Amino acid sequence: MINDKYYNRRYVISGIAVVIVLVYIIRLFYLQIIDQSTKDQADNNALVKQTIYPSRGLIYDRNGELLVFNQPIYEITMTMREMGKDWDTTAFCATLSITRAEFDGRIAEIKDRRKNRGYSRWTPQVFMSQLKKEDIATIQESLFLFPGIQIRKRTLRDYTYKAAAHVLGSVGEVNQNDIDRDPYYSRGDYSGRDGLERTYEKELRGEKGMEVLMRDVRGRIKGSYQDGELDVTAKAGTDLHTTLDIKLQLLAEELLAGKIGSAVAIEPKTGEILALVSNPSWNPKVLVGKDRSKNYNALLKDPTKPLMNRATQAMYPPGSTFKTVQALVCLEQGGITPNTLYPCSGPGSKPIKCTHHHGSPVALDKAIEQSCNPYFWCAFRDLMEKDGYGKDNEAFRRRYELWRETVMSFGLGQKFTDTDLSEQSSGSIPSTRLFDKFYGKTGWKAITIRSLSIGQGEILATPLQLANQAAAIANEGYYITPHLNKNDSMQTHRHEIAIQKKHFEAVKDGMHRVMVYGTGRHYAIDTLHMAGKTGTAQNPHGRDHAIFIGFAPVENPQIAVAVVVENAGFGATWACPVASMMIEQYLTGEMKRKDLKNRIASAVLNESVKKW
Amino acid sequence: MRASRNGNIWQHVDWITIGLFLLLALFGWLNIYGASYTFDQTGIFDFSNRAGKQFAWLMGSLALGIFLLLIDYKTYDVLTYFAYGAMLLLLLATPFLAHDIKGSMSWISLGPVSLQPAEFAKCVVALTIAKYMGRYDYKIRTWRDLIVPFAIIGVPALIIMVLQKETGSALVFASFLLVFYRQGMSGYVLWMGVAAVALFIISIRFGGVPLPLGTGSVGILTCMLVLTAVEIYFLCKEHYIRYQALIMISSVVAVYAICLIVNIWIAVPFDWVAMGVVLALIGYNTFISLYWRKYMLLFVAAFTLLCIGYTHACDFVFQKVLQPHQRIRIEVLLGMKEDPAGAGYNVNQARIAIGSGRFFGKGYLKGTQTKLQFVPEQDTDFIFCTVGEEWGFVGSVAVLLVYLVFILRLIFIAERQRNITTRIYAYAVAGIFLFHLTINVGMVLGLLPVIGIPLPFFSYGGSSLWGFTLLLFILLRLDAARMEQLN
Repeated sequence: MINDKYYNRRYVISGIAVVIVLVYIIRLFYLQIIDQSTKDQADNNALVKQTIYPSRGLIYDRNGELLVFNQPIYEITMTMREMGKDWDTTAFCATLSITRAEFDGRIAEIKDRRKNRGYSRWTPQVFMSQLKKEDIATIQESLFLFPGIQIRKRTLRDYTYKAAAHVLGSVGEVNQNDIDRDPYYSRGDYSGRDGLERTYEKELRGEKGMEVLMRDVRGRIKGSYQDGELDVTAKAGTDLHTTLDIKLQLLAEELLAGKIGSAVAIEPKTGEILALVSNPSWNPKVLVGKDRSKNYNALLKDPTKPLMNRATQAMYPPGSTFKTVQALVCLEQGGITPNTLYPCSGPGSKPIKCTHHHGSPVALDKAIEQSCNPYFWCAFRDLMEKDGYGKDNEAFRRRYELWRETVMSFGLGQKFTDTDLSEQSSGSIPSTRLFDKFYGKTGWKAITIRSLSIGQGEILATPLQLANQAAAIANEGYYITPHLNKNDSMQTHRHEIAIQKKHFEAVKDGMHRVMVYGTGRHYAIDTLHMAGKTGTAQNPHGRDHAIFIGFAPVENPQIAVAVVVENAGFGATWACPVASMMIEQYLTGEMKRKDLKNRIASAVLNESVKKW
Repeated sequence: MRASRNGNIWQHVDWITIGLFLLLALFGWLNIYGASYTFDQTGIFDFSNRAGKQFAWLMGSLALGIFLLLIDYKTYDVLTYFAYGAMLLLLLATPFLAHDIKGSMSWISLGPVSLQPAEFAKCVVALTIAKYMGRYDYKIRTWRDLIVPFAIIGVPALIIMVLQKETGSALVFASFLLVFYRQGMSGYVLWMGVAAVALFIISIRFGGVPLPLGTGSVGILTCMLVLTAVEIYFLCKEHYIRYQALIMISSVVAVYAICLIVNIWIAVPFDWVAMGVVLALIGYNTFISLYWRKYMLLFVAAFTLLCIGYTHACDFVFQKVLQPHQRIRIEVLLGMKEDPAGAGYNVNQARIAIGSGRFFGKGYLKGTQTKLQFVPEQDTDFIFCTVGEEWGFVGSVAVLLVYLVFILRLIFIAERQRNITTRIYAYAVAGIFLFHLTINVGMVLGLLPVIGIPLPFFSYGGSSLWGFTLLLFILLRLDAARMEQLN
């Protein structure tokens, strides 16, 4: 209408519409372009990152024998929200053969947010865990009767043999420390807690995968996001081939039953550990699954300390086994020659009496064979006093320092740092400083430290170190760091000993004589050409420790062994037969001396040693 | 004769509007499929899901549109008052025939489908208003002329709000204010409306909050006073009143400035200062008006008092009259309450859905917020979320612009009518669409409180789609008839 005076109001009304749409476009611009927070919020809403657990690497022995594998276990989960009113609790309890009270108790636990912080009615909650396949067989068949119930699969460790618990270690749930240290872990993950499982955790665990799933507002999973484009496949863990010979390990464990002690066998040429036994031990299966922490605590409380790996952690005075090292150092540093003779007055000898009866004077081979204390005292004294004592005892102290350095080059008195053995003690070769502290710089002479000459006193060594010492003698001048991973060639980890090769012949000869004429003669097998040295270590904990180190065959050593039986008495009686049988087992592939085996295996020297 | 007329229809009908309608309806239908899409989804034409049903409604709506175009335009005029009467009866009967759906008594079941009579009421009321105000002897001269029109919209609105408990549908009738405005109602009414809303928001939002200029309600009084003064300044043309308004504004500002400076050394009781300022100004106005015998200034004083009363009334309405859920919605909107799990849940999830669409959107059928049902009512009232999430800023703005063009086209159609009745009806239609767009999108964008009304052509639902079809195609029929009337 031309004469409509309100005609212009069309523009006002149109303007209102334009302004409103403009305001909304500005708001959209703010929400969709400027405000960055909503993208993450939407992802948090809708996306669930579900971890896919890789299967842990298997562990084999040196001959490809499977030692550790994975067993599937099952968890029964329930989503409360999906359990309707007519949900048949009675039938459910019957299927799982649990009582109604147990059921109610568990439900109360699940719903208790103090105990179960992640509780939600919408998401699956673990009702029962660590179930075996046979446990879930019945429920699996009738799963359709119970809406909201799901079965989830995880894996646990399982073991072919009840052996090598200390070496293999165990797997357990990570704690907060692990999570803080390594972002790879999250709550509920498993990781190697000790032994090889811990050392090779990174290799064994593989890499977790991730599946990005979408969930709806009810928390129900609605399939994979963007057709799985963001998913990461899990990478299975790498298998570990160990250097262990499981047959040798089993034999040694059997022989040490009823005793506290350890046995270590090493292949001298390679440093590969063939057996590493610490008794008391436990069946590795007891530290798996739902009883893990219960059993672990029981092991912890056992007064015989089974959790301690005595083979690498216990420190003993090496006793007479140390005379082999002593002889080598004295030969090298000019105290004696193989033909040097020293007199022995038997038990009447001073300052150290001899525990054996033999002719006098003796040379080195005989001295080792008969483990003659006076011989080694004299040789040690002569070496220490070679340059006299000098001003302020300096010459003597320098001699001692040199002696100590050489002894330590056998791997004694220190941890093997370049190895895959996790728990070790360093042992002890006393330092000049220690004696200075005790006696003052000028207050100690050769006579003061005479016990060292026969491996007593302040010297301490672990069975592993003793075995390594035997290997070093077998190798005539070097050792390869003892280790457990077969795939890892350790030839570059060769440690030279500061003793010329020529000196070893006499010592090896002496050690061979031990097994032919000496303290070890009862347990020798002629064809195997064993060499060894017994030791009977005095200690403040009761009866002497029985110790033995040895290797065989003398000409081309394949195996070096150290055995310690705590508070057992003579090394020749308890340690030597164990080592001898281990050598036979390893070199011939079987152990024929069944009677001897039964006698040693059935001997209970310590009543409190339990079989776990 | 009849045949030729029907032939004419297709030449005279406004195809641009029909095109816009089809564009919106089809895009809406795609988004309903998107919003109700889940992973075990069947096809878009499956009648067991909402997209399939909406397709059926859409086909029905096209049939209805064609039918409406084929009817003689005079029929509408003839039937208007009867339809209005029948509609009132139906609205009255509805609460007794309906069953309770989420507290609303507005749905009647007819076999497999439910209908909401309130959706059709808009059309009938629009026709009635148009017919009444389009009479050749009708003009808005005084407020008395608006009594009948207000009654025409007020009665059904009251029935829907009180008996059917559908506040949203009832509020739509407020859009007729635009029609009245176009027909000559004073612009002050619109301004008063804006001011009333502003005052309402200020008094609700800051009623209990300590303001820097005095605590709570007295601070409000001062704000309100300034607002009143501003209003008077712009509304009143007489110079001396404007002058007084300026004095009011500047003296309030001056007094507060002085108080703020004094406050550095001595704590000023702002409450008393505010009260004093208000009383002083009222007294001053009264005195001046009596002295000069300019009684208009007395009106200013009275208006100030009125505003103070209104502020308190707002508080009363908010606390006592509004339903608790409505109160919480407003509180959430005004940021007085954080309640992301409860009343703020929809709004927050809607914001996340739209925001996470970013510039280009996540792609059709790829929105996680809407697919996974994080946004409630996402295929009905919150359908715009799906647009925002899957089509992004680009798609959302495009939809808003198409709506704008659509509404501007309706206004254009209105203004080309020679028949005043048709023009009024066209404005009513444009107003109703604008109101729905404003309230619905404003709610989804978190700018307005949650009021459940559908987004035309987008929201799922047969009643609303057919209601809008009815509105639109009757207009198109009447528009097409503007040539016939000349002949």
